[in-house]
Amino acid sequence: MRDADDMTLPARFSPPGPVSIVAFLVFLSFFAWSLAAAGISISELVEGLPNMGHIASEMVPPATDRFWPMLSSVLVTFQMALVGTVIGIVLSVPLALLAARNHTPHRLVRSAIRSLVSFIRTVPDLAWALFFVASVGLGPFAGTLTLVMDTIGFCARFFAEAIEEVESGPAEALTALGAPNSAVIACATLPMAMPSLINTSLFALEKAVRSSVVLGLVGAGGIGAELATSMEMFRYDQAATIVLMIFLLVVLVEALSSHARQRLLKNRH
Amino acid sequence: MTSINGGVANHAIPTGEPALVVQDLSKTYRAGEPPVWSNVSFSVPRGQRVAIIGGNGAGKSTLLRCCMRLVEPDAGEVYFGAHKITGLRGRALSRARAQVGFVFQKHNLVHRLSVLTNVLHGGLAQRRSPRLWFQSVAPATDRRKALSCLAQVNLAPLCGRRTDELSGGQSQRVAIARALMQQPTMIFADEPVASLDPQAGEDVMQVFSDLAQAQGLTLVFVTHHLEHALRYADRVLGLQGGRLALDAPTANQSIAGLRGMYA
Ligand SMILES: Nc1ncnc2c1ncn2[C@@H]1O[C@H](COP(=O)(O)OP(=O)(O)O)[C@@H](O)[C@H]1O
Ligand SMILES: [Mg+2]
Repeated sequence: MRDADDMTLPARFSPPGPVSIVAFLVFLSFFAWSLAAAGISISELVEGLPNMGHIASEMVPPATDRFWPMLSSVLVTFQMALVGTVIGIVLSVPLALLAARNHTPHRLVRSAIRSLVSFIRTVPDLAWALFFVASVGLGPFAGTLTLVMDTIGFCARFFAEAIEEVESGPAEALTALGAPNSAVIACATLPMAMPSLINTSLFALEKAVRSSVVLGLVGAGGIGAELATSMEMFRYDQAATIVLMIFLLVVLVEALSSHARQRLLKNRH
Repeated sequence: MTSINGGVANHAIPTGEPALVVQDLSKTYRAGEPPVWSNVSFSVPRGQRVAIIGGNGAGKSTLLRCCMRLVEPDAGEVYFGAHKITGLRGRALSRARAQVGFVFQKHNLVHRLSVLTNVLHGGLAQRRSPRLWFQSVAPATDRRKALSCLAQVNLAPLCGRRTDELSGGQSQRVAIARALMQQPTMIFADEPVASLDPQAGEDVMQVFSDLAQAQGLTLVFVTHHLEHALRYADRVLGLQGGRLALDAPTANQSIAGLRGMYA
């Protein structure tokens, strides 16, 4: 065995270069400035504590006076989410095929669709909701349109990726036997991508249910409007009921969706 | 269901008229690289069984793919019977492809669909109806026809199974049934038994051979099993060094002689 003395261990730390030091200092000062901009204030937090306690105590017991109208609002919220998601999924499939490398008619079509979908995804939900409220008026239709956009932004992208990842053999086999393109897509590409498409669709539904809740805040229908009203009227007990209902809805949808995921993935045709 | 010679079961005896003609075919994948092979010419009479051999990368798969226009040849012509395949587009190309059942090394079935549905897909070129997409909505005559194709490869009892529940040998036989559903005049097979165990491989080769005999199908298969080439083919083509280096009847070939193709 060799003597440990004549072997050199690497240094525990390598000294940072001047560029890293400058970058670090820049980051540090920007963060300090951001702290101020974010309005972090311990004193306000401490002063706010009794208010928080007060609101929390107002919340129990949750109010039952508007139980039925609230329940019906929650139902409308879910219905908006369901319809918006389904329409969004149906529109996403052709978009995804056009955006997938292995099915796009042209490279430029692919980039154009990809950019469109990224744009749809980047515009925030509330901006879409305001746009649709302004164009089609207050109410659940505006919310549903918002959720359609929300779903397209999410599904078209992940569907396209799922379609690109599908093993090419079965599609090639159908092409080789002279099947038309529509049949290659319907009989090979989509069935092969199906587990992933189902999975993404169910996530889209869960996501839509969660986003649908806030749409009412800008008048796009659903339970959000009830929530805004209760908060404005200082009816924190009603707000508590609404929050509980939303919580139950989300939990229920997530449970159903994970159950559906398991069932659907087993199906055959 | 028409095919260029007006049916499938009526030419059990090879007539000597060519089913496949390949003329001066050349293929280079990337400009600047040497061609995979060039000036390949041969002509296969109806009902003949042809084995293609050659080392890895010799271009056997490329040759079969070029004949189907799954890969575009750079020069030369391919004919199925009297019909020129090179230059066809769209529907005409689909109809031409439909005459050939192509069986791949990997069965290439859609594994989430049932066996019967996969076999039905063989009819998609002749009948472009969406009813052939899934067995559940397919017309009764097509379902029966698919079942009889499965019966020809001895798999009728498995018609309701999901394809991913089958063994490798069974899957490959389903792929053959799908090819039969096309009512093809030729079968091309690219190393169809390379991923099967020896017994399953022997079974699959026997199915090919019996079908070719019974229906007068022209069979062109790629293999690395020289004994399969000798046993199941009438003629052997060898690709080596970028050209067709061997074209001979199997009757006067030996395994030792064919080994020369891999030198
Ligand atoms: N799609 C492709 N693009 C570029 N080169 C390819 C492609 N397919 C095959 N090749 C090349 O062409 C040669 C022949 O391949 P292949 O026809 O698959 O040979 P074989 O089937 O005899 O093993 C190989 O060198 C391979 O790397
Ligand atoms: Mg090969």
